[in-house]
Amino acid sequence: MKRLVVIPAALFFVLVLILALVDLAPPAFDLRPLVAENLASSGVAHPVTAVLLNYRAYDTLLEIGVLLLALMAILAVSGSPRTTSNTSLSASDPLLAMLGRIAAPVMVVVAVYLLWAGTSRPGGAFQAGAVLAALAVLLHLTGLLAGWQQPGVRLRWGLAGGFLLFLSVGALLLLVEGELLRYPPAHAGVLILLIESGLTLSLGLILAGLFLFLSHDQGGPR
Amino acid sequence: MTSGLLFACVGAGLFVMGGSGVLLLKHLLRRILAFNLMGSGAFLVLVGMAQRHGIADPVTQAMVLTGIVVAVAATALALALVRHLYRLSGKLELPEAADDD
Amino acid sequence: MSLGLSFDLLLGASLLWSGWRALSTPRLDRALVLFIVFGLLMTLTWARLAAPDIALAEAAIGAGLTGALLLDAYGVLQAKRLAAEARK
Repeated sequence: MKRLVVIPAALFFVLVLILALVDLAPPAFDLRPLVAENLASSGVAHPVTAVLLNYRAYDTLLEIGVLLLALMAILAVSGSPRTTSNTSLSASDPLLAMLGRIAAPVMVVVAVYLLWAGTSRPGGAFQAGAVLAALAVLLHLTGLLAGWQQPGVRLRWGLAGGFLLFLSVGALLLLVEGELLRYPPAHAGVLILLIESGLTLSLGLILAGLFLFLSHDQGGPR
Repeated sequence: MTSGLLFACVGAGLFVMGGSGVLLLKHLLRRILAFNLMGSGAFLVLVGMAQRHGIADPVTQAMVLTGIVVAVAATALALALVRHLYRLSGKLELPEAADDD
Repeated sequence: MSLGLSFDLLLGASLLWSGWRALSTPRLDRALVLFIVFGLLMTLTWARLAAPDIALAEAAIGAGLTGALLLDAYGVLQAKRLAAEARK
């Protein structure tokens, strides 16, 4: 039996892992003072945003690329859009629809606030994008927004826009500053806010797309 | 014991629990659940170990933030593949290889 | 034992418990709901670890979006299975 092998092995592994964690020597190099020292020239006042959009902006650039790739893979494997009847708006509960209509503008305001707050306190593009995506899912579930079938031209630009904007800012800085994504300290704040706005919109659309492209796929086994 | 170290140990437990779930469970939706538990456990270990002396570390927090967003994309991709598998074969389990077990 | 540490212990135990139940509950719909509960407990954990950024993202993504995705997939697969059984 597989179970008889896996469970003792898992117990042994977790024991060793916890012993190793408790015993681990302190790191030889501490990044925290470096983050704090350079915060003044990073363009934002919140250390997590500074790490995401300035010190390690390369990771964030690749991350939005990975998300875009995942969405394309989902579009490739999810069912072909055949009938429109499945995705037409279902006649939903009027109470739900009204609550959705009330919640929508509030959530947009929350997303914009989170985006703006990210420069100085917890918040930022990721959280704002997640709120936008949650808004799209909510509108879909209350029957106000139809599931997406095939992305049109505008939606395609919206999905890829954040990545393209990020990449073009990076390429511009490569030409001007001589290094990919090294912001000049005087303009770092504006550039980060520009990139974050693009990221918020694209992240919201991509994360919403993960749900809305999947949920139109209602067809039975063929 | 700081809360960082405590939650790192909880994360190790979750990681191993999720890992054995991925190995043992047959239903694919449950495997996706187990995979997500593994991810959460790994994130807890990362953040917990980085601040086991009690001081918050923005670098690991930012890395884990990206990780969470990538994890949801991976989950959605896995669900798309499960739906595709169901459409093609009508099954929600992977076929066992003959010489397995 | 301080209040903070006992809260952490309780939170860690409920994380492990809800994770375990999400994997072992026989009914899949309950397992998915337990997974959403797990996500919300993770949000609390991030708050305890002084990581409000991750807590915000986890609340919206880990508990909300992942839960919605899983429940939606479950609902569609269940409907398909019922339709396939009715056809037989």
